[in-house]
Amino acid sequence: MPTVRRSARLTGMNTNTKGDGGGSRARGMLRAAGRGFVLAVASLPLAVLCLTLTAVSIALIPIGVGIVTTPYVLTGVRMFADRRRVLAAEWGGVPIPSAYRPIPEGANPWTRTFVMLRDPATWRDLRWLPVDMTAGFLTALLPAILVLYPLEGFTLAFGLWRVYGDDPYWYGFVPVSDQVSALGAAALGAVLLIVAHRYAVSAFQVHFRLTRAVLTPSEAELAERVRVLTQTRRDAVDTSASELRRIERDLHDGAQARLVAMGMDLGTVEMLVDKDPEQAKQLLAQARRSSADALAELRDLVRGIHPPVLAERGLGDAVRALALRLPTPTEVTVELPGRTDAPVESAAYFAVSEVLTNAVKHSGADRIWVDLHHADGGLRISVTDNGGGGAAIGAGSGLAGVERRLGTFDGVLAVSSPAGGPTMVTMEIPCVLS
Amino acid sequence: MRVVLAEDLFLLRDGLVRLLEAFGFEIAAAVESGPELERALAELKPDVAVVDVRLPPTHTDEGLQCALRARRERPGLPVLVLSQHVEQLYARELLADGSGGVGYLLKDRVFDAEQFVDAVRRVAAGGTAMDPQVIQQLLARRGDDRPLARLTPREREVMELMAQGRSNTAIAQKMVVTERAVAKHTANIFIKLGLEVSDDDNRRVLAVLAYLDRDR
Repeated sequence: MPTVRRSARLTGMNTNTKGDGGGSRARGMLRAAGRGFVLAVASLPLAVLCLTLTAVSIALIPIGVGIVTTPYVLTGVRMFADRRRVLAAEWGGVPIPSAYRPIPEGANPWTRTFVMLRDPATWRDLRWLPVDMTAGFLTALLPAILVLYPLEGFTLAFGLWRVYGDDPYWYGFVPVSDQVSALGAAALGAVLLIVAHRYAVSAFQVHFRLTRAVLTPSEAELAERVRVLTQTRRDAVDTSASELRRIERDLHDGAQARLVAMGMDLGTVEMLVDKDPEQAKQLLAQARRSSADALAELRDLVRGIHPPVLAERGLGDAVRALALRLPTPTEVTVELPGRTDAPVESAAYFAVSEVLTNAVKHSGADRIWVDLHHADGGLRISVTDNGGGGAAIGAGSGLAGVERRLGTFDGVLAVSSPAGGPTMVTMEIPCVLS
Repeated sequence: MRVVLAEDLFLLRDGLVRLLEAFGFEIAAAVESGPELERALAELKPDVAVVDVRLPPTHTDEGLQCALRARRERPGLPVLVLSQHVEQLYARELLADGSGGVGYLLKDRVFDAEQFVDAVRRVAAGGTAMDPQVIQQLLARRGDDRPLARLTPREREVMELMAQGRSNTAIAQKMVVTERAVAKHTANIFIKLGLEVSDDDNRRVLAVLAYLDRDR
């Protein structure tokens, strides 16, 4: 789930693009030149290093070494990119949001590698590196050039022209061969310095704008994320509210009512026990039946809220136990080396339960296969049946409910169910095992 | 007969102790957690253990795991497992070693004191006590099983009671028929299901359970 984090020090802009006087503008120019020079010189080798290491590390994934190194290398790239985002905000007043997907805590290198490689932000960083070491380098250097180049013109006029002898030395478009042409070079330098004085700061801005252009998550990406979050949050709230209503109703009409009846029976027994022991006995038997019924109802209710096997054994055995209750022979394969968070387990369990119920009710299958395993930082579940097919995620189908349930956890559901079968429902929920 | 009892809820533990004592059992220990149960089973060597599936400290299936471990160390150690819910999955694990002396009942069954005590005695004697709900689950799952469909309603009733672990005598009592009639029904059941006939009560029970639980 990408978290959108804006650079922390957005407000710390200290560039002065609307200089109020010549002095402050000159300071701005010199600062831009100095910072640009430092930035260009410092980041070029780092960018080259980042790109090279990343390329090597990713290339080494097939032989295994890359799985261990890639998370570290990519974390380095992220730190580098994040540092540049902060600088863009501090030096250029250009905010660049950073939107990396969080890496699950305590995940193994394999998971970390894949979570990072599947994050579009990672590939955005990697696209940015070559841009930064070319266009980025030049734009960062531009203010420094604008300030330093005129200085050369002036030194030429002050006598440096003599060093070059007969061959004319080209200063910009001015061929310098004597004092007069050297003065021309100085004039050009002065013009350039005026240009620098006026535009060095904005030229430096170009660098940060370029960085932003390449490094910003697209608006559409963020907007889509917000839309999905809003939707799934509403669904989750709706679902849990209606679940609570159902539980309340079940308790009210079921166990509560039976306990009331039991209490009444026992009260009557108390009255009758001396006068009419025979009838008292009958009422006692009735009270006992009521308590057994209340228990049975509570048991069903509990199963609907959080199945006991799920609490006792985790997802794998809960699905196995579920399969054992189905009238259709169902084969369950589980490869889960650990347990995941209780909410994820519960969502996955009820999703599987719903899909299985669907398969039993509608597919006409005489065999079902369930496969649960954990890979690439996610729980993957597939339910396949050899029935007639034609299942779809539509309004009113149980699968739409499953999709909503999974959506809260950024899970996805895919259905392949051609007419004539077979039907395969796949679910994927990002999570880590512990 | 010495019993080790493991149940974490005080009210239930207290009730079970009183119930069992009223029927002449000696409570060797009444414990409330997995580790205590483990120690009691190892040190006190009871004739039968009555164990709640869910026990502290983990509040998962600690009790069941403890019972299974104890039975691995002492094969045939009679264990009656109680739970708020019954799962075929757990029943399968309990029956897996095929040595009998196993019970698996809903806690509700305690309501009928005599039947419950009968189940404890049966398990202690190396028999079986399966909750009717487990049997119902097994039957529901077999759905259109052909040999089962060939049983007469009467035979089916006998088979269900047998699968719960009851002896011919108990079945005859429950169905208000003679023991001979029950014996005739059981013989028919075994022929129709294609099972090997055995005189041993417990072996017959396990054979029926295995038949019901096997994969189609």
